[in-house]
Amino acid sequence: MVCFIFLQSIKIIFLSKTKQNKLIIITLVTTFVMYNYFVYTQTSIEPTPKLSELAIKGQQLYQENNCTACHQIYGLGGYLGPDLTNIISNPIKGSEYVKAFLNSGVKSMPKFNFSEGEKEAFVQFLAEVDKTGYYPNYKAEMQPDGWVKLMYKTNE
Amino acid sequence: MNKTIPFLFLICAVLALLVGSTFGALASFQYIFPEFLKELIPFNKIRPLHVSSVIGWVVLAATGGIYYYLTETLKLSIFSKKLMVVHFTVFMLVALAIYISYFTGKMGGREYMEFLPILTLPILFGWFLFGINYFKTVVKKITNWPVYLWMWGTGIIFMMYHLSEAHFWFIPYFRENFIRDISVQWKSYGSFVGSWNMLVYGTSIFVMAKIKHDDNIGRGKKAFFFYFLGLANLMFGWAHHTYIIPTQPWIRYVAYAISMTEWVVLYSIIIDWKRSLSKQSVERNHFSYRFLLATDFWVLINLFMALLISIPYLNFFTHGTHITVAHSMGTTVGINTTILLSSLFFILNQHQSKLINKTVKSINVGYWLFNVSLFIFLTTLMLAGAKRSSWMYNEMSATPFSSFHESLFPIITTFIIAGLGILVGLLLVCLPLLKGFIVEVCPPNPPEGRA
Ligand code: HEC
Repeated sequence: MVCFIFLQSIKIIFLSKTKQNKLIIITLVTTFVMYNYFVYTQTSIEPTPKLSELAIKGQQLYQENNCTACHQIYGLGGYLGPDLTNIISNPIKGSEYVKAFLNSGVKSMPKFNFSEGEKEAFVQFLAEVDKTGYYPNYKAEMQPDGWVKLMYKTNE
Repeated sequence: MNKTIPFLFLICAVLALLVGSTFGALASFQYIFPEFLKELIPFNKIRPLHVSSVIGWVVLAATGGIYYYLTETLKLSIFSKKLMVVHFTVFMLVALAIYISYFTGKMGGREYMEFLPILTLPILFGWFLFGINYFKTVVKKITNWPVYLWMWGTGIIFMMYHLSEAHFWFIPYFRENFIRDISVQWKSYGSFVGSWNMLVYGTSIFVMAKIKHDDNIGRGKKAFFFYFLGLANLMFGWAHHTYIIPTQPWIRYVAYAISMTEWVVLYSIIIDWKRSLSKQSVERNHFSYRFLLATDFWVLINLFMALLISIPYLNFFTHGTHITVAHSMGTTVGINTTILLSSLFFILNQHQSKLINKTVKSINVGYWLFNVSLFIFLTTLMLAGAKRSSWMYNEMSATPFSSFHESLFPIITTFIIAGLGILVGLLLVCLPLLKGFIVEVCPPNPPEGRA
């Protein structure tokens, strides 16, 4: 399939009527390839802690139960429930609070039936997400040209 | 035979739109009645049912339209009817599997593709078949490609790439680094939407050119400028979704610079087209034309909004609020859906203009109900978003989530009523379409019975 995509792209480039269009397409595609390389390798501020196995298990459970439908991480997700990015480091919430919520079936939240081990995995996942940054980013700096300088956690 | 498969695509598209909007309406009730349907279809199932169905609408309507236009309007002979049939069958089986996946709660994918991730493979296979059929049908058959052929081809290729990219999380290299993972995830979504926009905007240019009987619309310098700008946006413009994620700043700088310029060009193309349209061809394509006029209006509204929220300073406050939803629904419902409805009316008008003429009144009511309700719908989302933002940045520590959520009830009630208005409006518009296409696929009498 990759071959097919590649071949068709080449074909498209050669099909183009004018030299000008050919040039634009070649420039765009080349930039795209380089850009992808940078996005795939240089996105995160180093060092971003590596997700542990337990956290990945928690993330998997998060996906299988589609917690995203109602909760957000970094503001991404549905809005029926609260954002969970920094819930673990929140002084009035934290891991025991999270565990208490999981099987509570409170409000619209479905009544789940997670084992103690699964609850641990959720907490681990949320704890490791928490370490990657702030949301909402209260200490961000607004700049006069419309830019926002985020406050990072990893290089504090 | 030639028309049957495209029409089956379109019938399923309309059904997906109606079913998807119904799920949407049911889902919205859960905002004020948290216990409503909670046991039967909780929100974590009904939301993906809604989203996947309406994505199905966009994809199927665009695909069916492209097959139809290639074979019936451009009179090309399709490379392989068999592939087209297999493509349709694969998509239908996948759709069934996706619904089963949601209803039984056997999910596991990420947001917007929550179904069992393995189902992505047959979806990719379907796009692959479409790609082969498309390129084998048009390459070398048409010289000097008009822009819509470019756009459709580009849409298909990038769709496959970004659908795959949305599943890079299977690769440990991505998954282990949460920031990298979530950024690539949202990169793929942005570009994925860009890819289907290529299919949909290509369709809008095609329909405009045909209504006006002027193929120059798709060939001018301006049209190509727009195409390249759209392509650049597809490739690099995704990161406004992730301004708030602590990535390297350069990614966000690039997104800020690219921004959402593509609307401007589309808008100017439509304006040009409208100015020079003769009255006769408008009347013949009444609803097709009217829906493109609606597109015009929604492009303007969304352009304004999109430009505002891609300024990082404003995005900082609107991100993570319903204003984002207003933006995404404004574009998918206001722009994509009106273009595709215009395309469907254009197609049906070639075969069943009498049937459309008989139902002009109810379609007209549906048209206005849809547009007015959508306006109220988006306004309520903006208000809810503004309130949420104010809560997040001013009172989150003092007001618990549940009290904030309850304070939204009056706005959400209006939102639900407007949503029902959209649903009823769509029903009035879509039922004649559905009926027309069904009559075409299985005529009640032998064909000579049709006058
Ligand atoms: C149908 C929507 C829905 C789904 C699905 C859902 N939740 Fe919730 N959740 C809520 C709502 C609503 C609240 C807030 C309840 C309240 O405070 O009144 C909540 C609260 C929470 C809280 C406490 C948050 C806080 O800041 O007080 C946690 C933790 C949580 N949910 C975790 C999860 C996890 C993990 C999943 C997936 C297994 C999940 N939820 C699935 C709706 C949902």
